[in-house]
Amino acid sequence: MDEFLTNLPVYRDAIRQTFYIVLVSLAAGGVLGLGLGLVLYATRPGNLLANRAVFVVVNVLVNVVRPVPFVIFLTAIQPLMLHTIGTTIGTDAVTFALSLAAAFAVSRIVEQSLLTVDPGVIEAARAAGARRVGILITVVIPEALGPIILGYTFIFVAVVDMSAQAGLFGGGGLGDFAITYGSQRYNWPVVYITVATMIVIVQAGQFLGNWLARRALRR
Amino acid sequence: MTVAEPESTTGGEPSGSPEQEQEHGQEHGQGQGHERGQGQGQVHVRLEHVHKTFPGKGQRSTPFVALDDVSADIRRGEVFGIIGQSGAGKSTLIRLVNGLESPTSGTVRVGDHDLTALGERDRRQVRRDIGMVFQQFNLFRSRTVAGNVAYPLKVAGVGRPERDRRVASLLDFVGLLDRAHDHPERLSGGQKQRVGIARALATEPSLLLVDEATSALDPQTTGEVLAVLRRANRKLGVTIVIITHELDVIRAVADRVAVLHDGRIVEQAGVYDVFARPQAEETARLIGTTLRERPSEATLERLRRKHTGRIVSVRIQDRAGLQTEVARVFAEHKVAAEIIFGGIGEVQERPVGSLTFELLGETAAIDDALRALRAEGVDLIEENP
Repeated sequence: MDEFLTNLPVYRDAIRQTFYIVLVSLAAGGVLGLGLGLVLYATRPGNLLANRAVFVVVNVLVNVVRPVPFVIFLTAIQPLMLHTIGTTIGTDAVTFALSLAAAFAVSRIVEQSLLTVDPGVIEAARAAGARRVGILITVVIPEALGPIILGYTFIFVAVVDMSAQAGLFGGGGLGDFAITYGSQRYNWPVVYITVATMIVIVQAGQFLGNWLARRALRR
Repeated sequence: MTVAEPESTTGGEPSGSPEQEQEHGQEHGQGQGHERGQGQGQVHVRLEHVHKTFPGKGQRSTPFVALDDVSADIRRGEVFGIIGQSGAGKSTLIRLVNGLESPTSGTVRVGDHDLTALGERDRRQVRRDIGMVFQQFNLFRSRTVAGNVAYPLKVAGVGRPERDRRVASLLDFVGLLDRAHDHPERLSGGQKQRVGIARALATEPSLLLVDEATSALDPQTTGEVLAVLRRANRKLGVTIVIITHELDVIRAVADRVAVLHDGRIVEQAGVYDVFARPQAEETARLIGTTLRERPSEATLERLRRKHTGRIVSVRIQDRAGLQTEVARVFAEHKVAAEIIFGGIGEVQERPVGSLTFELLGETAAIDDALRALRAEGVDLIEENP
């Protein structure tokens, strides 16, 4: 316990890093994933912007990337990281990889949420003379907002999880802290305190997500 | 003797809120609306030799013919009904009119536009002059009642102050002004459909497409919704195309009707004529289920067992003194005539129905009497096998 207190500033930094990694990845991956999800939804055969070629390409891409375990994904995209951000280790590298991984996960969740929208509502918008892209933004997304928010909450928890795994690669954050100051020194209180911290973060995120979703559903 | 049910689905005077329009009242004649459309009789929608075939799903299934050589003229300001059983092609037909579907061949004209020649962008413009009401309401759950009605106005680029004014007046028109800020799920089915109608009328369209608008509603709310539709037709002069499988809906609101069967129009005429003198077999069958004054085959068998004389049905026509005439001819020929079945109802304020007589007398006298009646234009059906 004494040793934990001496490492308190490091712990604080770790929390700050975790927040940075998670929030940046969630924002970047969230936007990218929303775009991919919209493309998947809209180009699906029979839908608003049905386009078989685009749908098949994006669908296969998402299917190939999504099941890859994050730790393997992180190593697999190292050439891409070198090319784009010039490094393969550290917080920025982890954030980059995590953003990509989150985007692919988000895309499926967004697609699934949008598919729950009643096609009749879309037909009503078309009958009113709305443009198809306009319908996606003014009708489809608002109608699916509740499930979308719950989906993002789910992804938030997954991103916290993956950010901790990235600790193995010196990515910084709580996972890194628990490994370096905890398990490697057989200092179990540090490990448990870190785990407890992550549980609190996840619970808080879940709570916020549920609250927002309830507001969006207004029921 | 059974008597046909009085019209139960019609509303009353076009005033006040729709709830108040439940008392029975029939004042819907053919094209007699006082404030109704200028230039009535002009063609508003014209379908010419329209075919629609959907490719079969799966590899070996055959293509499905939804519409087969359909032609119809819908006049400005009228309520045009299209009736048919499910799978008859009604939904496809109505979606051709606002270009949500395209025909495989044939043309669809709305006003001055040939929809079949227009691209998606131009069709969108045409759609802004066409409202659509749906069976399942299709309201936006993410918007309030007012937000739903405002949506087509936003799409059309109507500014905020004008939009608010129009939304308020439309909600007032359908009697839901006090529910403006509620979400649709808090409304009953009938109220939801009235919001659907307000939304469809938002851009003041000249044409309203109504797709089975009352099929998800109970008879009482059906009456409310039909009253609102009729009021829209009378007060706003909007042309209405209504598709339904319920003959009562046609009877309550339509001026003219097309009967759709297996993708073909088998009959097309004024509503009264279709009820009084159905031409196609499919129409007669449809009407048989609504007007019960004509005896069914089973009833006839029972009647024949009970009544040993000649059994003859007289179709009621909109013609003064018809029954006096019939009674006089039978009396002249010394034929005793007893009414054993039948009834008289009203469609568009004109009588429809049939009376079934048992005739007793000499065979030759009965033959003479029937010949005399036919000569006078009385529509007779001999019911003996």
